Amino acid sequence: MLRDRSAIVGIGQTRFAKRLEESEKALACRAVLAALDDAGIEPHEVDALASYTMEETDEVELAKAIGAGDVTFFSRIGFGGGGSCATVAHLAMAVATGQATVGVAWRSRKRGSGRRPWTNTAQQLPTPAQWTRPFGLLRPADEIGMLARRYMHEYGATRDHLFNVALACRNRANQNPDAIMYERPLTREMYMDARWISEPLCLYDNCLETDGALACVVVSAERARDCRQRPVYVHSAAQGLPAQHHGMVNYWNDDPLTGPAWTAARQLWKTAEFGPEDVDVAQIYDAFTPLVPLSLEGYGFCGRGEGASFTEGGALELGGRLPINTGGGGLSEGYVHGFNLINEGVKQLRGVSTAQVPDAATCLVTAGEGVPTSALLLRA
Amino acid sequence: MDTITAEGLLLPWPDNDGEPFWEHARHGELRIQACTDCGRLRFPPRPCCPQCGSFDDEWRLMSGRGRLWSYVVAHPPLLPAYAERAPYPVALVELEEDPRIRLVGTLTTSVRRPNAPWNAVPPQRLRIGAPVQAVFQAVTPEVTVVRWALCNG
Repeated sequence: MLRDRSAIVGIGQTRFAKRLEESEKALACRAVLAALDDAGIEPHEVDALASYTMEETDEVELAKAIGAGDVTFFSRIGFGGGGSCATVAHLAMAVATGQATVGVAWRSRKRGSGRRPWTNTAQQLPTPAQWTRPFGLLRPADEIGMLARRYMHEYGATRDHLFNVALACRNRANQNPDAIMYERPLTREMYMDARWISEPLCLYDNCLETDGALACVVVSAERARDCRQRPVYVHSAAQGLPAQHHGMVNYWNDDPLTGPAWTAARQLWKTAEFGPEDVDVAQIYDAFTPLVPLSLEGYGFCGRGEGASFTEGGALELGGRLPINTGGGGLSEGYVHGFNLINEGVKQLRGVSTAQVPDAATCLVTAGEGVPTSALLLRA
Repeated sequence: MDTITAEGLLLPWPDNDGEPFWEHARHGELRIQACTDCGRLRFPPRPCCPQCGSFDDEWRLMSGRGRLWSYVVAHPPLLPAYAERAPYPVALVELEEDPRIRLVGTLTTSVRRPNAPWNAVPPQRLRIGAPVQAVFQAVTPEVTVVRWALCNG
């Protein structure tokens, strides 16, 4: 079993901005070198690499630029932001099974200054896009908006519930000087008056468009004890591809509202020594606000259909029942395919977050819900 | 192969499994792949049956009747041709023959108006559960898409 046999010992990131001048490759190198420096590990010791299939800097380019040694494990995970936590999971398995000793996971993306992927008309994926895009359903916001309206219809969720999610993330970003929305508070009036993107989703239900890169370093628990930073252990990890799942447009099965989070959660909790009630802080993938109530249900913080009402009464804020996205998340810190959620989980368990949950000892980090996903339980 | 219409709307890029759907749509028929052995309908199309493993299939004619499972109303930012039509509703319709099969489509006011503008149905008229009927719009000489007409509309 994976339990606590590996640890994250270094984290690094670049600045987040709507536009950064450097290339994605240069940003990737900066984030990786910063993470190694944070860990106190020399680049030539790196022998394992993991990233997303959507990452454009490949292993060869990264390894030779940072001066990695002989690399004996490398892995890429598919499905966009669904792969974030799996990068760490694959490295944790590699170091726990002796396939490698020092693993680096990273994501570098210029989504702020680059083009929106859905505007590329020459790159329509045959499946499932042939069943959506010719019919007017163009963007991820439309695809998730469809699930959001059904969820609101079935369970009485309202825009105020989605606002609770957006507000919690924005409030944490207002505490985080590195967040894009650091100095920009959000009010209910701003939210309710915002322009629509895909009704029922408005501007503030959508994540930011960000340039930036992040990385982290994974080693065995034994090695971790000698590193510069307090280790954050990978207690449990899981990927999730449910039976008869169809990707972001999961419209063709019995129940489109129970997505990959449910599958990942079953594996995650099965191999953990604690349960949802013992989670001190959570970093929940938030490309769109409705993913948060769906994930709260999937990961077992509440029952089916209760995710929206869970957000009431400041539950997601600091001091609430489950503080989430304490760096500001994809909605308000920066959207780098969820990698900032991993690093923020590490900061919480080191006790150095800008919105620190007192004595946080356990943290759930999740990847994109709606797509084949992954999750990590981290422990101090 | 063209990827967009002259107006700038995206065209399907069918894969091997999806090709028959588009061929039938071109003839004004909504047909869904079904297993010849166990009879189960499946969508999107795929090489074999997830229930029984058979590679034998047929394309079964649907009634075209369905119900609105959900919908969005798209606003910019969109591709230019789409932005010109915005805001427009897009429906997700569960088929009468198998509610697990939900098809995406734009809406029209009547079965007699397959070519109505995308914004012909005001979103205030839409209710989840509302009955709809498939209609066929030829967007190019080669490609026909399915749209949904509000019944009693």
